[in-house]
Amino acid sequence: MLADVAVVLIKGIILIALLMLSAAYMTLLERVVMARLQLRLGPNRVGPFGLLQPIADGIKLLTKERFQPREIETFTYWIAPSISVFLALAVFVVIPFGGTVEIFGHQVSLVIADINVGIVFLLALSSLAVYGVVLAGWSSNNRYSLLGGLRGTAQMISYEIPMGLSLLTVALSAGTLNLSEIVAAQESHWFVLTNPIGFIIYLVTAFAETNRSPFDLPEAEQELTGGYHTEYGGMKFALFFLAEYVNILAVSSIAVTLFLGGWHGPECFFGNIPVLWFLLKVAVLVLFFIWVRATLARFRYDQLMSFGWKVLLPLATVNLIVTAYFILR
Amino acid sequence: MFKQLAKVMAMLRGLLIVFKYGFKKPITLRYPEEKRKLPAGSRGRHCLTKWADGKERCVGCQLCAIICPAQAISVKAAPNKPGEEVSHGERYAVDFQINMARCIYCGLCEEACPTGAIVLGDKYELSGYTRESLIFTKEELNEKKPGDSGRNPLRII
Repeated sequence: MLADVAVVLIKGIILIALLMLSAAYMTLLERVVMARLQLRLGPNRVGPFGLLQPIADGIKLLTKERFQPREIETFTYWIAPSISVFLALAVFVVIPFGGTVEIFGHQVSLVIADINVGIVFLLALSSLAVYGVVLAGWSSNNRYSLLGGLRGTAQMISYEIPMGLSLLTVALSAGTLNLSEIVAAQESHWFVLTNPIGFIIYLVTAFAETNRSPFDLPEAEQELTGGYHTEYGGMKFALFFLAEYVNILAVSSIAVTLFLGGWHGPECFFGNIPVLWFLLKVAVLVLFFIWVRATLARFRYDQLMSFGWKVLLPLATVNLIVTAYFILR
Repeated sequence: MFKQLAKVMAMLRGLLIVFKYGFKKPITLRYPEEKRKLPAGSRGRHCLTKWADGKERCVGCQLCAIICPAQAISVKAAPNKPGEEVSHGERYAVDFQINMARCIYCGLCEEACPTGAIVLGDKYELSGYTRESLIFTKEELNEKKPGDSGRNPLRII
């Protein structure tokens, strides 16, 4: 019993450390890749190839003044960034990174909590993620923040529904809600092949869920001077960004797990090293996120809403019905 | 529906264009390490050129100082001493100063010069901490050896 707890704790600590590190280096990756796509060089002064840039940024943000504006809701103001980060990290509890491996004679499965309602858990967490945004926007006592928070709420709630519907098709095809079993069901064929529309709908909603361009309305710099994190500075601001980048990793991991075969890779290349394939697929999706951000302009608010309700929702529903017909026939 | 589809296709086309740009070479110049090569005929800081035999071209005629619209140039001339001529002419410039804080880089001095002595070169990093440091004297303006400024020392003008 105690050994199990210890194993889970160790796995969790390793996972959090890796996620924080990769989120920090995703900022560098994003800046460099976006710069290359725009014929610039990107950060290359701090350390070799600019590799120490995230650390320099972190030191800068940690040593900033700890301020708070007047007449804010103090408790909510301080807890909102932590809600964002916590929910972003919590998603990874159910993601299977690989099968069972043997470390020091112990059989260790590379998933922290192998719960059998994995998809429901994911949906629950991504619905809660809106609280970080809306509480930050509301408690800051700033009109820009409030507008950003409200937009975030509306956007996340409207895109939640198509996302849920597209995830349901996966649950239908696999016949289970357990993520490990879904991955196992994809050993022969990935669900992106049998269900491409579901994958595309999931990707679009993932952009909206993570507040990434072209759906970055809650933090629209040009209109809202930063949106819900206008009044945040220093490490509080950094926590929001950490949450955003961990969220990108999270939605990419979910996409990989549910549609792209999880940790299974083609047998012909380097055997079947589980975690490697998982990381490769996530990296490709992360690069796709950056690529889209470098390309597409922000949607207008009404376009965002009408796209969500009038295009994505019917499409997802039809997709679900068609999938159900083929599965239950 | 088709209108929507056309919009989506436009987005995908944009993605492809951006992808293509990812394989091009960045055009950024890392300035203090790399310097831009100036195009021919660009006008930077002045140089006082020399003949191929090492004698100064400037004969101290002060035409450049007269034509200068910003009155940035001051020339003091003196007759050449027999035996230790500085220029090929009768006189030479004892003192030659250009105030780069006043210069407008119009190039009229270069056009006025009868011997082709003063030319606008390719040096453009001219910032200084004091106004005095922007007044360039003969030591800084003179070519160290003939042809340093990039102009042919054998040319007539």
